[in-house]
Amino acid sequence: MAGINKIAVFGACSTIAYETLKLFAKDGAAFYLCDRDEDELKRLSGDLSVRGAGDVGYSVFNALDERSISEAVENILSKHPDLDGLFIAYGTLPDQKRCETDIREMNKAFTINFTSTASILTQMADHFVKQKHGTIAVISSVAGDRGRESNYVYGSVKSALTAFTSGLRQRLCKAGVHVLTIKPGMVDTPMTADFKKGILFSQPDVIGKGIYNAILKKKNIVYLPWFWRWIMFIIRNIPERIFKKITL
Amino acid sequence: MKCNMNFESWGRFPKVAHIGELVPHTIRKVGEYLDSTEPPVLPRGLGRSYGDSCLNEGGYLLSTRHLNKFLGFNPDSGIVRCESGVSLDELLQVFVPKGWFLPVTPGTKYVTIGGAIANDIHGKNHHKAGTFCNHVVCFELERSDGSRILCSRDNNHDWFRATAGGLGLTGVLLWADIVLKPVHGPYIDMESIKFENLNEFSRISAESAEGFEYTVSWLDCLRDADKIRGIFMRGNHSEKTSEKDSDMLHSQPGFASFPFDAPSVLLSNPTIKLFNFLYYNKQRGKSLKSRVHYDPFFYPLDKVAHWNRMYGTRGFLQWQCVVPPADDNKAIKMILEKITENKLGSFLVVLKEFGDTEAQGMLSFPIAGTTLALDFPNTGQRLFDILDELDKLVIEFGGRIYPAKDARMAGSTFQKAFPLLDNFRKYIDPKFSSSFYRRVGRHDLLSGGD
Repeated sequence: MAGINKIAVFGACSTIAYETLKLFAKDGAAFYLCDRDEDELKRLSGDLSVRGAGDVGYSVFNALDERSISEAVENILSKHPDLDGLFIAYGTLPDQKRCETDIREMNKAFTINFTSTASILTQMADHFVKQKHGTIAVISSVAGDRGRESNYVYGSVKSALTAFTSGLRQRLCKAGVHVLTIKPGMVDTPMTADFKKGILFSQPDVIGKGIYNAILKKKNIVYLPWFWRWIMFIIRNIPERIFKKITL
Repeated sequence: MKCNMNFESWGRFPKVAHIGELVPHTIRKVGEYLDSTEPPVLPRGLGRSYGDSCLNEGGYLLSTRHLNKFLGFNPDSGIVRCESGVSLDELLQVFVPKGWFLPVTPGTKYVTIGGAIANDIHGKNHHKAGTFCNHVVCFELERSDGSRILCSRDNNHDWFRATAGGLGLTGVLLWADIVLKPVHGPYIDMESIKFENLNEFSRISAESAEGFEYTVSWLDCLRDADKIRGIFMRGNHSEKTSEKDSDMLHSQPGFASFPFDAPSVLLSNPTIKLFNFLYYNKQRGKSLKSRVHYDPFFYPLDKVAHWNRMYGTRGFLQWQCVVPPADDNKAIKMILEKITENKLGSFLVVLKEFGDTEAQGMLSFPIAGTTLALDFPNTGQRLFDILDELDKLVIEFGGRIYPAKDARMAGSTFQKAFPLLDNFRKYIDPKFSSSFYRRVGRHDLLSGGD
């Protein structure tokens, strides 16, 4: 297969991850799944096996616990010394209003959505550099393209993640390793359950398919669906003196 | 996860408001929601039931859309274990390439396993295979008191019989084991034969029952009752294997979607007459053999997403009955006479002989006999009155109306036709109910209300 055959997934039980993994399972890929809930991991691994996946292993991991991350990385690499895929798909949507007054909540948002991800990427990068091939795919967000009043805490963690993966891409490119930054728009998942679903909302299967194709085509940065590239182009180009006066 | 939303059934009638939707994305959440939510609750899959059996006015709908995982498959026995929110569409996509097919399928693939069991659905192979639940080995039910019941023919058989065809009222179905059917490839060898009257239909049906797995007929009913004509379709899974991988799968509707609510004139009698004329005469000869993909054979209407919009905002009513076998198709003839007399045009008229395999469920619809299904645009009270008269005929002949398609039958029509209803009520979860059940199922309806 032109894509990836042995994939480690953090946040494997997320809806978008599932829609992506389904497609790799059909191609016969092997998986190592990491998420918070053991029951859900078991459920997911059964599903991927039925769909045609090769070996499926899993272990529980907690993004807030540095030791749990190191253990997961160790487990993955001892099970799959020839791992050629890493997919990071977890994240939370912090309550912006609460983060404006509650510093602990804000720090937690950074730890889950950025610090822990950067830690996984750093610990795994070495393996890929030595192996000299493989693909790393990370879900960032269109929200990281410009900080906005309504969700700048989420926006800034995703912005940090976009910058981190950009730098990592430059570094690993020289070793023949590919890094994909995924920027989905608004998606109908449990994370956005309380939102009223407007016309800009996409279904997770559309995003999953987009990620699958972007990995196979070795894209660098992908907006999903495609129209978000143009929406964000406009939003990024509004002059700051006007931008600061509007509410977005 | 609660939000105020209105939900429609496939017939888009009646239109009712709900308090909200519960969307568990883990198995644990199902129990948490059942525990914490004020009744009434009703599980809901893809909402393809035509009437109000998938609606719960003033209550909650518990969506099974995230209970969509396959849990295991045994290639020796062909038994797949999957959660209740898995759709037939998804099941076909995963299993046809592996050489397996659904044991029973309805006329759309956009229904869930949970819905297939809760309505004990039937298909074109009823005369050979019976209903869907004839192929269900076991399933697990979650009740609002936190208990889980494993149901099979050996264990809790009474719960199995209450839940099969039980319209989602006995609890949330978590997963089920289903016996798939081995096939060589995705094709069907089919034959369409024109017939000029009902006697000819019966003759072809009788001679096809043995040698053909699938049989169904389309009727042109906007003609005089003695000139009813139609096309009899029969088929078997072809032994031909797939030539290319892409042929294994069915396509998704994608571009063909009915884009707006049509004006009511679109499906008026003249247009239906024209359609029927063209459809009947598309095939020149008396009979025509062909090899087709399973998708157009079983699911012709799935090609157009939202085809229910064709009937406009007032929606439509589907009416499906089954009547026991009778000499000379007396009941079916009388029903069709009444329809033509009243000039009720129906775009889709389907006729089929059911077999005598006994259905498992207490409220399963199919019985041995002939089933007739029609679609009518919702034109209001006059239509309702005529349908009441048709119901009366059906009951007189010892038949019944299909709950999954009903939005208007009287409580007495339902209760007379389903004698096991009294027994069934014992198995209803105390927190569960539906608009359909409150309309026709409650025990106090016959004695005149609350």
